[in-house]
Amino acid sequence: MGKHIKVIAVGGGKKAGQTGCGECPTSCQSACKTSCTVGNQSCVRDGK
Amino acid sequence: MPLHRFTCNGKHLIFDGHALALHEVDEVAWELLAGPAEDIEGRARALAGRFPREAIDEAVAEIRTLAHQGLLFAPDPYGGYEPPPPLVKALCLNVAHACNLSCGYCFAGGGEYGAGPAVMPPEIARRAVDFLIAASGPRKRVEIDFFGGEPLLALDTVRAAVAYAREREAAAGKEFGFTLTTNALLLTDEVIDYLLRHGFNVVLSLDGRPEVHNRFRRTRGGQGSYAAVRERILRFIERWENWDGPRGYYYVRGTFTRYNQDFAEDFLHLVDLGVRFISLEPAVGRGDEEWTIREEDLPRLEAEYERLARLYLALRVGGRDVHFFHFRLDLDGGPCLPRRLTGCGAGCGYLAVAPDGSLYPCHQFDGRDAFRLGDVWSGATEPRLVEDFRQAHIYRKPCRDCWAKFLCSGGCHAAAFIANGNVLTPYVVGCRLMQKRLECALYLASAECVRRSKKEKTEDKGGTWEVHGPGRLDMTISLC
Repeated sequence: MGKHIKVIAVGGGKKAGQTGCGECPTSCQSACKTSCTVGNQSCVRDGK
Repeated sequence: MPLHRFTCNGKHLIFDGHALALHEVDEVAWELLAGPAEDIEGRARALAGRFPREAIDEAVAEIRTLAHQGLLFAPDPYGGYEPPPPLVKALCLNVAHACNLSCGYCFAGGGEYGAGPAVMPPEIARRAVDFLIAASGPRKRVEIDFFGGEPLLALDTVRAAVAYAREREAAAGKEFGFTLTTNALLLTDEVIDYLLRHGFNVVLSLDGRPEVHNRFRRTRGGQGSYAAVRERILRFIERWENWDGPRGYYYVRGTFTRYNQDFAEDFLHLVDLGVRFISLEPAVGRGDEEWTIREEDLPRLEAEYERLARLYLALRVGGRDVHFFHFRLDLDGGPCLPRRLTGCGAGCGYLAVAPDGSLYPCHQFDGRDAFRLGDVWSGATEPRLVEDFRQAHIYRKPCRDCWAKFLCSGGCHAAAFIANGNVLTPYVVGCRLMQKRLECALYLASAECVRRSKKEKTEDKGGTWEVHGPGRLDMTISLC
């Protein structure tokens, strides 16, 4: 932990290698009715 | 400008939109990060006299280390993106082009989508299930979202679709999920039990304070619906909270307009009612309606989101297990690449079905002839339109240069079309509000991190200070 910069999150969720399995437990389509913020969706492949 | 530098509720925060890394910084690091990486030496020289030389050198060294680790000034990892072939995952069944309310801000023209009242016959809903099974290919988890108008006006159709999907899913190798969005007026105990028994996710519409709700959400006869809606929603929540078996989620979803820019008060009102899962969303109009949010409203709305973030944090610290949809953020996990770049998938992964079986890119395009894709019998017969939506990803929009692109995914196609006449030019008011909500979510991630650190330090000393509520905040934090 730096003296001037506190690292809060290191962004482990980029999943650059994924091509998209489409198995998300809740799709954005449903979330859209509450207005989609894609960042709050999770990936089932990670068990989240 | 993927490196985003912002202050929220007094905290200096830096978010690297390419790395999805979040940092809280002090004054000297804040000043050093005020421009591009290649100018840091120049900024360091300019800061001499304002900060001790030693502090400047330390901060420069920390910035270099983080840049080397890919956590600051990270390059875009996804250049040259080509979206995958279209494969349907979800259908929105607009089972009722009719509504028992007549809300003043309704995008669907009182629920009828400009075409007069209609209800989807059960046989078309069953055909839609067949279409989804075929069009989803190898995908296992598929979804049907019942929408309208008011979908409970077509409850027989809903029941028919669910029963048929359950009948077919095992042999077809699918798992169906169901969502229903309702104004709650027809939410009897019997209907509630039906929805719970079938694991529905339920979105319940209630705008907040009585006067706010009643201003727009009126019956056909012009009466405010707050009292009846509140009673039915609280009944739903009571049964949901006490339900023993598996259950879906629920959200109480409110709409705010330029008339209630103090919408944090509506959030508090819903919390006071006992609602734990809340979403509040600005109404989207053509721009000429009196109630539409305008660019001049943004400073006040942005300040209101910051106020809401403070209130939300205080509630959570005080032990209230409440959740605000737009402050949820999963920085560690989150969705996969296609989802980050193309968002909801309207037009290729997600389609809406009108009562007559016509297919549209999403529920908001229902009834717009230029966007009719085909029907549930023949499938999508307009490949050019499907391709237009498949290619409507962030690298073909101004979003490519936005710090929030991997969290927002380019915004709503329908909102863009309504505001600008095409799906590639984002709705600027929506962008600003999305960015502010994300700033608040990042602020809350930071605040939770500090809170956890303090708790750990207190426990290390054998202290008894306890600030954690019964549940954690909705962010996943990898390091702090």
